Amino acid sequence: MAFTFAAFCYMLALLLTAALIFFAIWHIIAFDELKTDYKNPIDQCNTLNPTVDRVKKIKRVRLALKLVLPEYLIHVFFCVMFLCATEWLTLGLNIPLLAYHIWRYMSRPVMSGPGLYDPTTIMNADILAYCQKEGWCKLAFYLLSFFYYLYGYVEFLKNNMYLYFNFISTNIQKFWVSKKPDSLYFSLVFIL
Amino acid sequence: MSTQGNANPNSSVNNYSMSSTQNGGGAAPCQNGPGQMYPAMYTASSYYSSAPPAAYPTVAGHSAPPTGKTPVSSTGYSGNYYQSSSGLSPYPAPGTHQYSNAPGQSFQQTAPYAMPAGYYGQVYSHPSQGQTQPQPQQLQPNLMPASSGSNLGAPLYPIVSYPSAPGSSQYGTLRSSQTTAGQPPVSTVMPPPPTQSSLQQYSQGIGATPTPAQPGYGAPPLSQAATVNGQSNAVQQHYDQNLHNPMSHHYAAGPPNSQGPDKERPPSGPPGTSVHSSPQHHPGLLYGDRGVNNAISSAAGDHSSSSSDHEEEDEEDEEAGGDSSSTTTDSASPVPNSYESLEGGGYSDLAAPPAGVPAKQAPPFGYNYPTMHPAYQQNPAPKPNPSPSHGGYNPPGYQPYSQPFPSLSELSSALGGLGGVSELEAETLRPVNLLQERNILPPKRAPPPEPNLSNDLRKVNCSPDTFRCTLTNIPQTQALLNKARLPLGLLLHPFRDLTQLPVITSNTIVRCRSCRTYINPFVSFLDQRRWKCNLCYRVNDVPDEFMYNPVTRSYGEPHKRPEVQNSTVEFIASSDYMLRPPQPAVYLFLLDVSHNAVESGYLNVFCQSLLDNLEKLPGDTRTHIGFVTFDSTVHFYNLQEGLSQPQMLVVSDIDGNHLVKDLLNALPGMFTHTRETQSALGPALQAAYKLMSPTGGRVTVFQTQLPTLGAGLLQSREDPNLRSSTKNVLHLGPATDFYKKLALDCSGQQIGVDLFLLSSQYSDLASLACVSKYSAGSVFYYPSFHHIHNTAQKQKFQKDLQRYLTRKIGFEAVMRIRCTKGLSIHTFHGNFFVRSTDLLSLANVNPDSGFAVQMSIEESLADTSLACFQAALLYTSSKGKRRIRVHTLCLPVVSQLSEVFAGADIQAISCLLANMAIDRSISSSLSDARDALVNAVVDCLTAYRANGSNIQPSGLIAPAALRLFPLYVLALLKQKALRTGTSTRLDERVFSMCELKSQPLQQIMRMVHPDLYRIDNMTEQAALHLNDSVIPQPPLLQLTAEKLTREGAFLLDCGSVMYLWVGKCCNETFIRDVLGFQNYASLPSNMTEIPELQTTYSERTRAFISWLLESRTFLPAFHVVKDDASTKTSFFQHLVEDRTESAFSYYEFLLHIQQQMSK
Repeated sequence: MAFTFAAFCYMLALLLTAALIFFAIWHIIAFDELKTDYKNPIDQCNTLNPTVDRVKKIKRVRLALKLVLPEYLIHVFFCVMFLCATEWLTLGLNIPLLAYHIWRYMSRPVMSGPGLYDPTTIMNADILAYCQKEGWCKLAFYLLSFFYYLYGYVEFLKNNMYLYFNFISTNIQKFWVSKKPDSLYFSLVFIL
Repeated sequence: MSTQGNANPNSSVNNYSMSSTQNGGGAAPCQNGPGQMYPAMYTASSYYSSAPPAAYPTVAGHSAPPTGKTPVSSTGYSGNYYQSSSGLSPYPAPGTHQYSNAPGQSFQQTAPYAMPAGYYGQVYSHPSQGQTQPQPQQLQPNLMPASSGSNLGAPLYPIVSYPSAPGSSQYGTLRSSQTTAGQPPVSTVMPPPPTQSSLQQYSQGIGATPTPAQPGYGAPPLSQAATVNGQSNAVQQHYDQNLHNPMSHHYAAGPPNSQGPDKERPPSGPPGTSVHSSPQHHPGLLYGDRGVNNAISSAAGDHSSSSSDHEEEDEEDEEAGGDSSSTTTDSASPVPNSYESLEGGGYSDLAAPPAGVPAKQAPPFGYNYPTMHPAYQQNPAPKPNPSPSHGGYNPPGYQPYSQPFPSLSELSSALGGLGGVSELEAETLRPVNLLQERNILPPKRAPPPEPNLSNDLRKVNCSPDTFRCTLTNIPQTQALLNKARLPLGLLLHPFRDLTQLPVITSNTIVRCRSCRTYINPFVSFLDQRRWKCNLCYRVNDVPDEFMYNPVTRSYGEPHKRPEVQNSTVEFIASSDYMLRPPQPAVYLFLLDVSHNAVESGYLNVFCQSLLDNLEKLPGDTRTHIGFVTFDSTVHFYNLQEGLSQPQMLVVSDIDGNHLVKDLLNALPGMFTHTRETQSALGPALQAAYKLMSPTGGRVTVFQTQLPTLGAGLLQSREDPNLRSSTKNVLHLGPATDFYKKLALDCSGQQIGVDLFLLSSQYSDLASLACVSKYSAGSVFYYPSFHHIHNTAQKQKFQKDLQRYLTRKIGFEAVMRIRCTKGLSIHTFHGNFFVRSTDLLSLANVNPDSGFAVQMSIEESLADTSLACFQAALLYTSSKGKRRIRVHTLCLPVVSQLSEVFAGADIQAISCLLANMAIDRSISSSLSDARDALVNAVVDCLTAYRANGSNIQPSGLIAPAALRLFPLYVLALLKQKALRTGTSTRLDERVFSMCELKSQPLQQIMRMVHPDLYRIDNMTEQAALHLNDSVIPQPPLLQLTAEKLTREGAFLLDCGSVMYLWVGKCCNETFIRDVLGFQNYASLPSNMTEIPELQTTYSERTRAFISWLLESRTFLPAFHVVKDDASTKTSFFQHLVEDRTESAFSYYEFLLHIQQQMSK
């Protein structure tokens, strides 16, 4: 198999990490809004209808805070994928974050539904600052891992490319030798 | 109150002059200054009159102003005034003349400003009185005030407009029991359409006729039936009408109704009306018009969106509302820029009594140390030099406090260090070796330290009872704060019952355009037309309306307005500050009627108490009361005749009053034979939430056991064997978030939930309390309540209920705390929901709850010399008025570590630390929290030692300001909330935590470090003479069994409970004369009150005890403890300096700290 499962994992991780980066950015913005909310009432008054605007914003913030669980699941998902693909190094790089996520979720405040943030304590400056910092760190981590996955993917492709070309060229040679169309067909399939 | 003050103005004069001589004859000539400035604002009863004089050295200063009431000929006075001010002020007097001329003359053209009537004619002497001003009211004789409105015994402030006439509620015409379509049981009462009444009353004002008490919204003649159809409808109309109203409707703000010399004005007069309503006054009208438009547009904009969305609450009203306030265009009045000189010179050297000279001549601070410590001279308090960068933000009226006060310091040194700023500071910095000095306790409860401000600022500063900061000298940078290792925070008691509160009815509430700060005494007026915000330093315009001073009815003196003269004021808010019509007072009682509850007999007590106080429930004609009972099922009561279906009762107070009484009479009997032992609290709360959500209001829950059914059921989590474990205490947090979520829902619908837990076994208060914690309610806990077996508890319950039912209440409240740029709020403590970084949402606010706020310094405060904090509480009163109570606190900023230590307020620090420790123990663990407390002391003392008190390397040195720190921390560690090793029931521990978090400072301090007095040998010596009673003042004793003798009787005052410990050999006369028994042996072991005997002994004792209870809202339970009784342990657990089997004694604790420090 040339186009290995690992390559597929990297490709998937690449896409999912892009999503995670998006989540992280959203997370940062949400906390920033929480923190700076109502700080500039003039602007707020200038907008035509501050209330509706604010509601939208609050909904956005809430949505952002609800994205925690999907984020964790996505991360767990490709960690498992890497495990299956026996990409130990990559898995090793992701284990700390995985552990952090598990710890974070275990030590969440008492609540019946899923979720991580308690509306009654979220405005504490310590917690707010912590969450913001967490957001930035995660963003950095995801960005780095994004490039890492890209590198891994390309690396795989490169290695495989070499094999492909070998394979294809041998097939083509075979084709020329044997004049059988199926080898050409093989090579075409692999090129595609 | 005011009557008393007015009745004997002489006494107040005496009082004042006495204090002024105490502190310096040099300053005497200007003693009339403040009084004349604002006579109407201060009636003779001082602002803090309820407080024991000794505790607050500011008393004299505040009571000073009544001198203004004494007739002083105005010319003479102004002569004085100028003498004093020009002598000492940096600004030349002529400038003021110039200034005062200008507006005065310009007013001549717009004559209507000057109402000749002199209604509240306390004409403070305007500086321009030196000039002959033709303005009539300035010629009013000063005798006028004596007969003016304020001695009618009602509003203390002329501008006060408390619409208290019961008959004429502003929603008077409302059908109170009308049910709105589609809105289940609770009948929502619609506000009436707003009305022409304001117009009407203004026109009456113009006519100078006594206006009948007709409050703001008045019953409109044009109220259509349509208004009751639905909320939005009504509101729509509301605003519509606003639009159609003539502009004078919105142009209130003026002086009180001019009624001329009419003295019979009813106390509940209409809000101050405007004199501007005269059509000749073009600028005024123009402005009024703008105001109306602005207000309407913003309000309408708000409302259109908000009616659909109740999540967005008043804070944006608060923001959007009153936006029109500062929109005035600068009118081109060419006033010379000498305003500041006027203000600066105005009270530059008023002789305020120095701190530490309480009226009753308590021994000065630090009385215990007559000998001067060697370090005293070595460690002088470095006076802060006014940093050159001050200039920019230095409010003109403020004199850098480092300026010498020549007369003052001279005198104070002459008096042997009785007062004076520098002396005080040196005193507070004096190093104390805690290991050697045994008697560190002051003989009286120490007053809070005075901020090191100039006298005039100090005088207007917020009362320390209301607003206190842990550091009265704010460090300049976070680095400096970190160096001091002290927490920076505020302790607030914002809705405290005040005896005197200026209420301002003004159409435009003047606020900063950028940070929305309310105008306050600490802003600076750049000139007559502009003021600079003291929080964000933005320069704002003074609106036209604000130029008019309703108290003196003069124009052009914005700095004399009540808002600028008082740091605690209350505004009557306009409709801009409402998202919906003010809600009626709605009370729902949720009663547990399971077997357990009936057995304890609380139902009887409650019903009786409510019956007695039914009439006194705060509210108006719209008040609603409802009842729900629950055991394993939830029962609703329909008290409306003619309905067959079981339906929740909501009756208005007037219509169904007898039904309510019938129910209350019947209720205790209804469940006497119940066998139901289950409790479905969760479903009952949910039902209550549904019932109340259309209006909001207060839900009072009585619960006697663990909820065992339905949603929110709880399991017993307490292991009795672990009650006294020294290891970690588990289950301090909630078991489920059901109650928290419910509380948040309630908070969103403006429902406050108060919890009364009367249970003998474990009821998981940690979970249940959440329902009150996040809906801004309060928690009461009566462990092992039983109406027969536990009479003390029953009496306490009765007293508490009495207070609870009749105390003031504010609905749909929000509180915002603003602070000077550079400071920011870190964490809030108390019962509320934090909605934004600086905004608390309080569904209900009650006068007994306190809040704590941790602050941090984000930017350096180097470019300012003052830091200010403002707490604004917007609420709906039980009468359906929207009000804003604003407190402003001003503190100096310092750059030296020693000054930070000198300004430390140890009581506030301890309270804040307690709050932090409780948070810590819930989020982390109890032992963590305890360690953190000890570390707080260790760090602080280490920091102090490192700061250069290199004198005595051995010993435990603390600055005098912090000498009680280890003691208070030790006391905290021995609190039920935080102690380990002593058997403590989990519920009691959690309740103690709730109390520490939500009680005001005084209460917490009494709880943490109770007061111990020996009362069997009280003498008249140093007694306090109040009116005609003599109140003995026994000294405070240390909380150790050493101080107890078998021969004595000791009173221990723990705030919510009071013990009278009677020694075995206590003298017989005391037992006979005070307790009414023959000898010690015949004393019963469960006495809960002191009999009223007609002996001097008894009278003296009772006078002392009632003096202790004077300013308290909840009366404590009283126990007489015999030396041998089993209740002895509950008494001895409060003696915190003693060693217990699991905790240090005070001395050991000090050694422990020393050991930690040397590590």
